[in-house]
Amino acid sequence: MKRLLPLLTGLVLLLSACGREDLSTLNPQGPVAEKQLDLMKLSIGIMALVVVVVFIICIYVLIRFRRRQGDKTIPKQVEGNHTLEIIWTVIPLVLLLILGFPTIRDVFGLAKDYSKDKNAVQVKVTAHQYWWEFEYTDYGITTAQELIVPTDKKISFELVAADVKHSFWIPAIGGKMDTNPGVTNRMYLEFPKEGVFRGKCAELCGPAHALMDFKAKAVSPSSFDRWVAAMKAPAVMPADAEIAEKFTSQCLSCHAVGENGGNSAPNLTGVGSRQTVGGILYNDEAGVEQNLHDWITEPQKYKIGAMMPSAEDNSLTAEEVSSIAKYLAEYKLDY
Amino acid sequence: MSAHAHGHTVKRYRGLMDWLTTVDHKKIGILYMIAGLFFFLIGGLEAIIIRVQLMKPMNDVVAGDTFNELITMHGTTMIFLAAMPLLFALMNAVIPLQIGARDVAFPFLNSLGFWTFFFGGLLLNLSWFAGTVPDAGWTSYVPLAGPTFNSGHGVDYYVIGLQIAGIGTLLGGINFMATIINMRAPGLTFMRLPMFTWTIFITSALIVFAFPALTVGLVAIMFDRLFHANFFEVANGGSGVLWEHIFWVFGHPEVYILILPAFGIISEVVSTFSRKRLFGYSSMVFATVLIAFLGFMVWAHHMFTTGLGPVANGLFSIATMLIAVPTGVKIFNWLFTLWGGSIRFTTANLFGIGFIPTFVMGGVTGVMLASAPADYQYHDTYFVVAHFHYVIVGGLIFGIFAGLHYWWPKMFGRMLNETIGKITFWTFFIGFHMTFFVQHFLGLLGMPRRVYTYLEGQGFDNMNFISTIGAFLMGVGTIAFLLNIFITWAKPRNAAADAWEDGRSLEWTIPSPPPEYNFQQVPLVRGYDAWWKEKMEGNTAMTPAEPIGSIHMPSPSILPLIMSLGLFIAGFGFMYDRLIVAGAGLVITLGCMVIRSLVDDHGYHIEPEDQEKGVKA
Repeated sequence: MKRLLPLLTGLVLLLSACGREDLSTLNPQGPVAEKQLDLMKLSIGIMALVVVVVFIICIYVLIRFRRRQGDKTIPKQVEGNHTLEIIWTVIPLVLLLILGFPTIRDVFGLAKDYSKDKNAVQVKVTAHQYWWEFEYTDYGITTAQELIVPTDKKISFELVAADVKHSFWIPAIGGKMDTNPGVTNRMYLEFPKEGVFRGKCAELCGPAHALMDFKAKAVSPSSFDRWVAAMKAPAVMPADAEIAEKFTSQCLSCHAVGENGGNSAPNLTGVGSRQTVGGILYNDEAGVEQNLHDWITEPQKYKIGAMMPSAEDNSLTAEEVSSIAKYLAEYKLDY
Repeated sequence: MSAHAHGHTVKRYRGLMDWLTTVDHKKIGILYMIAGLFFFLIGGLEAIIIRVQLMKPMNDVVAGDTFNELITMHGTTMIFLAAMPLLFALMNAVIPLQIGARDVAFPFLNSLGFWTFFFGGLLLNLSWFAGTVPDAGWTSYVPLAGPTFNSGHGVDYYVIGLQIAGIGTLLGGINFMATIINMRAPGLTFMRLPMFTWTIFITSALIVFAFPALTVGLVAIMFDRLFHANFFEVANGGSGVLWEHIFWVFGHPEVYILILPAFGIISEVVSTFSRKRLFGYSSMVFATVLIAFLGFMVWAHHMFTTGLGPVANGLFSIATMLIAVPTGVKIFNWLFTLWGGSIRFTTANLFGIGFIPTFVMGGVTGVMLASAPADYQYHDTYFVVAHFHYVIVGGLIFGIFAGLHYWWPKMFGRMLNETIGKITFWTFFIGFHMTFFVQHFLGLLGMPRRVYTYLEGQGFDNMNFISTIGAFLMGVGTIAFLLNIFITWAKPRNAAADAWEDGRSLEWTIPSPPPEYNFQQVPLVRGYDAWWKEKMEGNTAMTPAEPIGSIHMPSPSILPLIMSLGLFIAGFGFMYDRLIVAGAGLVITLGCMVIRSLVDDHGYHIEPEDQEKGVKA
């Protein structure tokens, strides 16, 4: 009973589909994760049956056949029993068949390739230490850390890595796929419900692996179109010419806004309207400007091993940091 | 038996030198045990620091880089330097006794195996003092472990330490295969072998086939890191996925290398303490062979999310599920061994019985993981962490604890204290389930593995706290076991030959601890459970298969230690680009090999009159 109890609590926990709606695999928010949860439930059901049978026999045997004080009798020495042995060979085989068929069906079902599908949105995901780049190949736009997707279309992902191996995972929407350096992987996901979902890197990729989070935001089709248009609009630069110059020389050598800048660091177009800074500093808590200010001042404090230099190393004064943070916080996209 | 070896004086050592030069399998077993427990404590300490760091969200006991070093060293140490040596300890202590042999087939190699393992493990752990520790995970995936993204010496310690330690493992595998094939007592046919001997035989075969794959991979990574080769350097045409294949072609059989001996131990313990013959012996043997065979065909289930495509994922899913069938056979055979028996709850048997439901829980999550589409969700999450700790700790470590408590009187002549033993079991057992049961749910709720911290409010906080408390409880259990060892040490050596009174196999027919030649006369085996059979027929001893005579023994040698030391020095030389040091190390090793090849060593004999004096091991 002692061992059975946690199992039962576990099952109850599981059946109540707990966990955060934007994170838990047990609370799926899209058809891919739903299919996977169905398979998980089936396998948990079969396996719970096996566990319960073993536990019952085990507990019964331990109580019934425990040695009494001073018992010197020699039990009957049994060599085996063919009937029993056939039973516990055949029943597991049958159980595995029940699990095997849907497994094969979903292995092929989930491997469908939508990369040539005109109705699907094509997104090229590039994983970097420790941030995510999302390039919308059909629209010619690139964003980072926050994946924006429409609710009405399948999203076909092309997954690559820029440095080491990472793994792309949005638990509430669907299972993960690795990004291998030098190899292109493909997978598809669907986001039928509007909302923001938490994405994570699932493969050890260095000291800040734990902090390599991203967000996936599903929006209505019209909102998505407005977002694409806003992303394509000419970049907004800081109003103050001096700050604009500093921003261009110190930030845009790696980052980009709109058509300006480099691509070795996250694209900052419309960064003010994102949920987080760096994937982990939530803007609804401290405010986007404060987060940006903290981040620019000392990125390593929040993400160990981040490539971005601190404000001091980047020769930015405190005032310049504040102005740049203010400009970026106000750089919002209307969609 | 060469006549001129008679009267040949062989230098016999005492004290420390005796332990450094011994080729006696029983002493080598004890050396493996001490070294294995030492590394088990180091790995355990690393685990405790990991759990303390994860006790609450955004904790800062250690930073991300140190945390990665801790998880890498915890995994590597526990698998290669704690679990494997503790198994080798039991193999060495028990196998020759179970088959009625006076030693292993190659005593010198046995010693060499121990010392290469020891120096390899030492080299790996010295990385903590060098300040550059391996940090790419125990799987050491490239490019994270490659020279481009890991430029320090950390991974070099992993690569070179494991190569040196791996020599020891491979030698052990070859040695025990040869021993079990060639050195069985008269009448001890294969289908009369005790189950533990069977599982060690199969495990040895797995070692012989699987470890070379690891060695090849490690050599390739070493070439990449030290000599700028491009096996895994993607920019120059190498492939990271190749390493994953090589690693898991070794890594999955490794899982069975670890667990099969535990199956063997449980079979012995459960059978002895229920006073019953092992139920379905022949199906147990075939299940073991089948598990080993299938174990080589499922490696890619560690790579379902790598992107191998639906055909590979489907095939490996089904192949993996199939392993559940022979494993299930074993579980039910154990249950039906207990059924109708007279079950005695010694500490050894508590671990044996605790193993069964615990391992079943680890096994069923294994089948769940085998279903590839569901694995896309489980992979690289705490669900996997929970699963493999259920099979490795709940399976293998429970098995090792059972085996150590069970064979302790045979190894040392003293019974471990049962009260402390029971404290060990209950704290370790409850602590174990507390630590790892909740981790299944952490994974399902979206917590990836190998994360050094997690943000607040994701639903991970309480379960991580429970998990950490459980880890401390396991620590208490381990400390209780160590206390038990020290307390027992002070007690007189008074264990009987058949220490548990219900012994069934040959090791219980000779004194505890056995004399250095084990069997004064090699016994004649008349059936399965040879000693039980004699007892049931009213005999008080085995029928000897030979007259009393002079016994040939191998001589002790310091060469294995020096050879291993040479490799250890060479390893440092290569790592730090000091080729003179590397060359000197290799010269030491090769020089010892030359000496060993050219100097005749015929061993020595123990004459019957000396045997009566009772030469103790």
